Amino acid sequence: MSRYFTQDHEWVDVDGDVGTVGISEYAQSQLGDVVFVDVPEAGKTLSKGDEAAVVESVKAASDVYSPVSGTVIEGNAALTDDSSLVNSDAEAAGWFFKLTLSDPSELDSLMDEAAYAAFVEGL
Amino acid sequence: MSINQSGWRPTSPEANTGNVPASVTGNKALMLEEALIFEIGDSHTTGVDFDTFGSPANAGAQGTKDAARNPGFLLSQENKLGGLLRTAPIGLPGLSEPETVRHYTRLSRQNYGIDLGFFPLGSCTMKHNPRLNEKMARLPGFSDVHPLQPVDTVQGALEVIHQLAHWLVTLTGMTSVAMSPKAGAHGELCGILAIRAALEAKGEGARKIILVPESAHGTNPATAAFAGYSVEDIPATAEGRVDTAALKARLGPDVAGVMITNPNTCGLFERDMREISDAVHAAGGFVYCDGANFNAIVGRVRPGDLGIDAMHINLHKTFSTPHGGGGPGSGPVVFSEALTPYAPLPFVEKQGDQFVLIEEENADEHHAGSFGRMVAFHGQMGMFTRALTYILSHGADGLRQVSEDAVLNANYILRSLDDTLDAPFGPSGPCMHEALFSDSGLATGFSTIDIAKGLIDEGFHPMTMYFPLVVHGAMLVEPTETESKAALDQFIAALRSVAERAKAGDPSLKTAPHFAPRARLDETLAARKPVLVWKDPAPLAQAAE
Amino acid sequence: MRYLPLTQPDREAMLSLIGAATIDDLFVDVPEAARLDGPVRDLPMHASEMAVERHMSALAKKNLTAGEAPFFLGCGAYKHHVPASVDHLIQRGEFLTAYTPYQPEIAQGTLQMLFEFQTQVARMLGTDVANASMYDGSTACWEAIVMARRITKRGKAILSSGLHPHYVSVSKTMAKFTGDVLDTAAPELAADMDLDQLIAKIDDDTSCVVVQYPDILGRIADLRPLADACHAKKALLIAVVTEPVALGAITSPGEMDADIVVGEGQSLGVGLQFGGPYVGLFGCKDKYVRQMPGRLCGETVDADGRRGFVLTLSTREQHIRREKATSNICTNSGLCALAFSIHMTLLGEAGLRQLAEINHAGAVSAAERLSQIPGVELVNDSFFNEFTLKLPVEARPVVRTLADRGILAGVSLGRLYPGQDDLANGLVVAVTETTTAEDVETLASALQEILA
Repeated sequence: MSRYFTQDHEWVDVDGDVGTVGISEYAQSQLGDVVFVDVPEAGKTLSKGDEAAVVESVKAASDVYSPVSGTVIEGNAALTDDSSLVNSDAEAAGWFFKLTLSDPSELDSLMDEAAYAAFVEGL
Repeated sequence: MSINQSGWRPTSPEANTGNVPASVTGNKALMLEEALIFEIGDSHTTGVDFDTFGSPANAGAQGTKDAARNPGFLLSQENKLGGLLRTAPIGLPGLSEPETVRHYTRLSRQNYGIDLGFFPLGSCTMKHNPRLNEKMARLPGFSDVHPLQPVDTVQGALEVIHQLAHWLVTLTGMTSVAMSPKAGAHGELCGILAIRAALEAKGEGARKIILVPESAHGTNPATAAFAGYSVEDIPATAEGRVDTAALKARLGPDVAGVMITNPNTCGLFERDMREISDAVHAAGGFVYCDGANFNAIVGRVRPGDLGIDAMHINLHKTFSTPHGGGGPGSGPVVFSEALTPYAPLPFVEKQGDQFVLIEEENADEHHAGSFGRMVAFHGQMGMFTRALTYILSHGADGLRQVSEDAVLNANYILRSLDDTLDAPFGPSGPCMHEALFSDSGLATGFSTIDIAKGLIDEGFHPMTMYFPLVVHGAMLVEPTETESKAALDQFIAALRSVAERAKAGDPSLKTAPHFAPRARLDETLAARKPVLVWKDPAPLAQAAE
Repeated sequence: MRYLPLTQPDREAMLSLIGAATIDDLFVDVPEAARLDGPVRDLPMHASEMAVERHMSALAKKNLTAGEAPFFLGCGAYKHHVPASVDHLIQRGEFLTAYTPYQPEIAQGTLQMLFEFQTQVARMLGTDVANASMYDGSTACWEAIVMARRITKRGKAILSSGLHPHYVSVSKTMAKFTGDVLDTAAPELAADMDLDQLIAKIDDDTSCVVVQYPDILGRIADLRPLADACHAKKALLIAVVTEPVALGAITSPGEMDADIVVGEGQSLGVGLQFGGPYVGLFGCKDKYVRQMPGRLCGETVDADGRRGFVLTLSTREQHIRREKATSNICTNSGLCALAFSIHMTLLGEAGLRQLAEINHAGAVSAAERLSQIPGVELVNDSFFNEFTLKLPVEARPVVRTLADRGILAGVSLGRLYPGQDDLANGLVVAVTETTTAEDVETLASALQEILA
């Protein structure tokens, strides 16, 4: 399994043709307390870069873009009950949605963990 | 002599030695806690005594039937409620009049208001609200008139609208004004709809883009979207103004118009306004001006001279109708000649000696292009009477002095504090009616909110914070013209002190305010688990189950 | 100038600190061609308080006020007695001169009041939640239609023929620009509301049905079958209440399963004011709260654990969500909401019920009396404090003639529906606790005389 990052601070873990998407630790730290997350429903088709989810603090709402194209398998229902998971565990239990990748070659344009760390360093 | 036997032997007071126990009530002398009406009232109590239908003298008159003679009238077979008589309780607590007066008086004392002190909330124009305005709005001739009375019986009300309209058109150098919009954002909508109607009338309905500078009020993009447009941002220059070159480059056959705030939300006059207007017009679009900051230029500059097609005027800002804890506002929109035919209904016209209400039925004669009605009835009459009273009090000369003093006060604050706080656009020249600072230079972990909360402890209402978005940790200070130099000097000293504490990393600032009715409130909790209405606690027996 | 505290020496000292020679130096960014060299021409100069008062009073005297005449107008704005303490309390400077409570630590007064208001409104409308107010009933009605579109993702709204024609007109204006499809109809002078016709129109494209309760002619109908029909097609039922006092006597729309209930709150606390400012009421079911427009106040605690209130769920709003906001509304109608809430607190449930009873009893006896006039028919079977009469002649000139005699007789349907001949004889008459038996008798005998 490998993990990729976008410049918009999403991450995607890929296992076979299934991707799990969330936002980075850095992104959550910039948001403040997350109070609401709107995740996509199963069956929704997304193109790379589409607005896939919304994450809100009390003073900001941010769109989360899909790092790759595919069809949503599942949104993380746990976030509906407890949005603070995004703060406490952004890169694991705080995942947003899973999707089947329709074009794995899109991963080539994303950053790996080291490249993303360098990217964040430069911000 | 006779000996003092009362036991009260007055002496000078002793100094406080600390260790004061908290009060059992939670009150702190004049700072009083107050429960909710749902906790102190009940459904049987009422603070209103009723007259029965019909005066006592007529109680027995033929054909009358009053509730006093039929105290259970609703329950009787004679009711005409179509079988929908309410049977379940509603759950509305009542209080007697003294309890009611005390409840709301105590609540009021937990609020900050202009009457209490300096309220430099940028972009909101918190100026003194003259009480003559309130008195005039309450004359029965204005307050006790129904909007659908025959127009012959409301000539004075229509004349007020007409007179105020004349002032607004003349002060702005425009052609006409729509009086009915209910608030600034509603006025924006009115202006954008007129633009859309005008474009559609010219067969240019395909224009779908509205350009909005990134420093704009959130209402601008929200309005454009509500009116069915797509919004594109225009960047700001390093000196805090619209990037004219970028704006011009974006103009084209798909652009319906631009929405520009002038003076802008960075507190600066858009120097290129005329040039921008000309370019937009040349490209077939229209210019909407957000007039929220008209207070800075009223009496000195007429927006009509800058090529603007539509601009709303917040009567609750420039013309001092009260903000009332969040409205009601009033947002008349002035129009250029090009947009005038599309202005909404209704409006007031003078025909001979008569004031006439132009509504759907008589609009066709010479206002067939109107885009229609935006509100029931005729707009915020209660605000018109206040604004007209304010305008007549000032006159053309006084209004000019208003903008001069507002601008002078803001520059005084800017130049008094730019050695302590970062003023990102300070080098751009004078500001207009508001001074803008950033959070640059504060200690790590300290932000604008800490300065704002520190100002609360100093007895001031904080400035607008984190707006406009183009400046990091923005602090937008709008003093208005109704502050004395002494008030400004005291505020400057307080803000300097708080800013220096923030720069030094004073931890006590992170927990400010310390002296307000409440400490910082948990907004995260409020949003994660919203409690938007009171829920009566379950009766004890039930709760035990 | 009495509202400007700066003295000339102050101004000079301040200019000198700024480093400007004259005030004109602060306006250098204004293009020269747009700078005025003196006060705007052709406008009067400043005036004393006494002079302004004289001017405004002269204008006020040109109006015939509701309190001076036997008065029977309604149709979305009602004359009720407002207790004196309401106006006293809303004029406290801490309410009157406060801003939207963006700094909650020093705005608990406004915030707690809004929380109480939201609860009162939700309970009256029969909804789970209510917001902190809208501009007025007509704009609240349009916002509800847009909200239903967002929830159902469908674009067709069916508007009852009994919906206030100004509300219909506002919706039509907006729909022209938003692309929403509106199905509208004019009312008929019939005893029953148009519920069956509405039910027949609901289809799979319908986002909502909008029905007024009581309707523009004063009629009342059980909304439950309509709500069921809406829900069967996954559409929403929006109910509009223009006379909240009625809710003291009749079952609320929320209790009849309406999804969104909006209203005009003017009747309580606000006064007639020639049409504004009024206060829009907006409530809905819990599950739709994130799609609501307008401000919401919520309960929370402060850092010391004490109960307090804040504006919440703000990410729906324009100042955060910008072009993706649920509405562009910013300012609401805070002070009118306060007046509403105070009046409601004074009344309490018992008082509201009694007020409703007096209104209804008065209206029933007035309807009886007026329909005894030869040629005059009562259209309604059911009503609360407002009913429609069918006159033997066009009502509009009759209303004008009565106004000349100092009687404000009601709203002619010719005024509301110009050009619709079948409605021209209709006269909508409202009776409230302010109406005396003598007023009714005055109207009845004058009407009888004119019609004779």
